[in-house]
Amino acid sequence: MTVRVQTEDFDVGAELAAMRLASKDIGALVNFIGQVRDMNDGDVVSTLTLEHYPGMTERSLEAIAVEAKSRWNIVDSLIIHRVGKLQPLDQIVLVAVTSAHRGEAFKACEFIMDYLKTQAPFWKKEATPDGERWVEAKISDDDAQARWANAIDKSVSDK
Amino acid sequence: MNIKVLYFARIKESVNYSTEDIMLPADVNTVVALKTLLAERGEVWADLFSGKQVVRAAINHELVDDMMALKEGDEVAFFPPVTGG
Repeated sequence: MTVRVQTEDFDVGAELAAMRLASKDIGALVNFIGQVRDMNDGDVVSTLTLEHYPGMTERSLEAIAVEAKSRWNIVDSLIIHRVGKLQPLDQIVLVAVTSAHRGEAFKACEFIMDYLKTQAPFWKKEATPDGERWVEAKISDDDAQARWANAIDKSVSDK
Repeated sequence: MNIKVLYFARIKESVNYSTEDIMLPADVNTVVALKTLLAERGEVWADLFSGKQVVRAAINHELVDDMMALKEGDEVAFFPPVTGG
């Protein structure tokens, strides 16, 4: 498991190649890349600045990666999240998961993103023509995270 | 007891600083009691910490709920709901 929080950009091709080639028991590699959009809530966004809580950020991302590994039979995971000032089309986040078969990697990758969105201490501030504003947290992100808890409850009650 | 308090994002901008050391009165020993103490500072503090706004708390880098107990030397952070990814 690798977690990195950094201002600089990352090379997706190189990162994914390194994960894929790490072990011959890997049959699947799933990844998610988040990038900065030029519109939010109907306004043009020129820059996006990401603040975080150094120390807690790494710790919470590591905890999410550990939880994913405990829930699914995956080989490895990688989380890279950028901070600082970004512009539209810049990459923000990369999550990649390897496993023997695709199902586990798909689920673990989505789980990691859903938890990252609601648990990891990052905050976005966007610059619009009307000035700077903090991005509001979305209820839909809480719902996306909550369904994983519900899925566990359901699997328990089905037994 | 003595604790360190950190503020992030919108909350940091509102209160206009990012960190402070606080010596707590003996009866302030939970997150919610600390929030009440901060709200008593008035103005922006009252707006932020009197319960009208959602303010998340972490102790020593771990998300906690308002009933969590405080200990000597804790690093307590207050911040708005997170928006990464």
